[in-house]
Amino acid sequence: MGILVSRAGLWLVLFLFCFIAMVAAQDSAFAIHMGICAVAALIAMGYGVSRPDYARVARGQSALPPADTSLYDDDVIRWATIATVFWGMAGFLVGLIIALQLAFPDLNLEPWFNFGRMRPLHTSAVIFAFGGNALIGTSFYVVQRTCRARLAFPGLARFVFWGYQLFIVLAATGYLLGVTQGKEYAEPEWYVDLWLTVVWVAYLLVFAFTIVRRTEPHIYVANWFYLSFIITVAMLHLINNLAIPVSFLGARSISYFAGVQGAMVQWWYGHNAVGFFLTAGFLGMMYYFVPKQAQRPVYSYRLSIIHFWALIFLYIWAGPHHLHYTALPDWAQTLGMVFSVMLWMPSWGGMINGLMTLNGAWDRLRTDPILRMFVMSLAFYGMSTFEGPMMSIKSVNSLSHYTNWTIGHVHSGALGWNGMVTFGALYYMVPRLWNRPAMYSLRMVNWHFWTATLGIVFYAASMWVAGVTQGLMWREYGADGYLVNSFADAVAAIHPMYVLRAFGGLLYLTGACFMTYNIWRTIAVGDQRDEKPLHNIDQNRDKDRPLSGQPVAVPAE
Amino acid sequence: MSVESKQPFAWHGTLERNVTILAVCAFIAVIIGGLVEIVPLFYIDNTIEKVKGVRPYTPLEQAGRDIYIREGCYLCHSQMIRPFRDETERYGHYSLAAESMYDHPFQWGSERTGPDLARVGGKYSDAWHVQHLTAPRSVVPESIMPNYAFLSNNELKAGEGGSMQGELKALKLAGVPYTDEDIAKADDDLKAQATGNGTDLAKRYAKAQARDFDGKPDKITEMDALVAYLQVLGTMVDVESAAAQEHLAQEKGR
Repeated sequence: MGILVSRAGLWLVLFLFCFIAMVAAQDSAFAIHMGICAVAALIAMGYGVSRPDYARVARGQSALPPADTSLYDDDVIRWATIATVFWGMAGFLVGLIIALQLAFPDLNLEPWFNFGRMRPLHTSAVIFAFGGNALIGTSFYVVQRTCRARLAFPGLARFVFWGYQLFIVLAATGYLLGVTQGKEYAEPEWYVDLWLTVVWVAYLLVFAFTIVRRTEPHIYVANWFYLSFIITVAMLHLINNLAIPVSFLGARSISYFAGVQGAMVQWWYGHNAVGFFLTAGFLGMMYYFVPKQAQRPVYSYRLSIIHFWALIFLYIWAGPHHLHYTALPDWAQTLGMVFSVMLWMPSWGGMINGLMTLNGAWDRLRTDPILRMFVMSLAFYGMSTFEGPMMSIKSVNSLSHYTNWTIGHVHSGALGWNGMVTFGALYYMVPRLWNRPAMYSLRMVNWHFWTATLGIVFYAASMWVAGVTQGLMWREYGADGYLVNSFADAVAAIHPMYVLRAFGGLLYLTGACFMTYNIWRTIAVGDQRDEKPLHNIDQNRDKDRPLSGQPVAVPAE
Repeated sequence: MSVESKQPFAWHGTLERNVTILAVCAFIAVIIGGLVEIVPLFYIDNTIEKVKGVRPYTPLEQAGRDIYIREGCYLCHSQMIRPFRDETERYGHYSLAAESMYDHPFQWGSERTGPDLARVGGKYSDAWHVQHLTAPRSVVPESIMPNYAFLSNNELKAGEGGSMQGELKALKLAGVPYTDEDIAKADDDLKAQATGNGTDLAKRYAKAQARDFDGKPDKITEMDALVAYLQVLGTMVDVESAAAQEHLAQEKGR
């Protein structure tokens, strides 16, 4: 009882603190944000006060009903699953809107819905909201099951989830109001960064202490990846967001680093947001869900050791490839390039370990669209981790940098690898978390698979064409020795590609709509769609035999 | 146990049994690359080669820069010209590290949905910028830039609490050499530059351009600040001067 009261008191203090900050705020955006925080603290306090069973207290018993003693604590995971679907839909939708804005600029609605404010909304929604919730949810799911232990600090785990949602709301509303640090993928301002730091430390504690509580002797490989992701993201976030607030009652801050050092720190952060948030964390997901769905053990234990340590050691060095031919010293650019090329190997180590796990289960690709999603995600992982090192070679980069090729590359990784592996994990977890025999419809999963795959093909292909077109038009010289194209010519030339890209995005969003309905139906109703089973393929035994058994064609003479 | 210890990678079992050791080893693995690549940039002298002319932004330019960041201009426009023939002919001399040494944060960008702006200063008239920001397609039909007409209507609320002093102080803390006088006169300087009724602004900020930038002399708008910022970009260093060329010619690699 005492601890519940003191927690409620803590939220009350936080509420008062935010309320005072709101009243004394120097700018309206900060006032709005402090208002949101005050409401959040009030809700947390209200929840804390309403939780104790006062009738039990009056009887002299403990304030809370007997604790849930089931093996795993899955509440937070269920919430994170729903949040992943919700933020995914939001992020994909904003992505489609900004893609259309580039094709049809009249869709910009100044000031709040101009491209410059919407673009961070899209990137943060898909990376940090969709990807982040997927990582928090799956990491808690995986760590409990591979450690055979209940989640440590259940209260803190709930704080991690809700605290992270508050971070997302503050970041997203901030962008539309024009609150930004002006650093890609690190846009949230100083107070939002501080809040995320608190949440992240709590996340590390819950995750690490669940491992400490394990009843399995070994820490499973998926948890190595999740752990390194949590630690590294903490380091990157703290260093890159070092800033001096202009006032403690205003949104604006001055980034501590400037110019060339600032650029290096930013892309050390930026590239490893990809390397650890979108790669190491998602590899953790892959290492649990692919073997489970394929019902096969991980292909190689040794390969997982080698590629884990090589991946986390090499990734950190790759940042300068975002700064080729800039004012960054050559030695740093060269280091970045060399390590980026080396990174190809551990990246493919992960892909090979995932794909080869299907040894002996490849036939199930025909009947299991969820497994197919995992395989497609690994294929896109392999493709984009080949494309990345290639683009980091300076001579290739001289053409590709600043063009839409980069956008295409990022999306083949994000839509193909991160998206697909997340969808697969959601389809795996949802029936198990809500005690359903299976997803509502496997055929809808199949539809999701094909619309998403087709969407990525449209997206990546159109952006390759657009990027190479831009790169070549910018550097084209005529026989007279003058530049042939004005910048505006190149903008006009890629208009059809922008339209095709938006179409690809629409397909991808359509696939996600299938998923949303499917997951909603599985959770809310829990029935099975009356549909033809996927494995019901008519086999013609006469035709289905090895080619070698057929008569060989013999020349007439 | 003896059988297991003969297996390759048996040593890794130690890491797999202790989360503290695993976490510490992982942290060591991820910290090395950053240390090697970032720390020397603060100590090696020729990381930022000294050039004449680089100065901190005036309060009005800095306020314009805040608007540039607020509107996410960096998401479509780079400020980093690479040393290629086509880029230097299209945009001007390649960018020098010193030119962004007072940029907190840097705005080099990563994408050219629109053209590079590192040396856009002085290339177009103020009126062109105002017209282009208000309705981009009225001057460049192929443009896909959003309209920023609202900047002309928004009165400039520079810095926190209507004063640029706090922001200049924070910048000074971060290493930008503003003098106490610069900070004390920040708001007067801002008004003077946006109206053209000069104080001693030009003495403290070399080549500072003071005039009404947005064609609305009666009020100081966000458009004034943003155009003032765009007009100073790339103009501080006279890269075409003989002295600058001579200095670059003697550069012996890094």
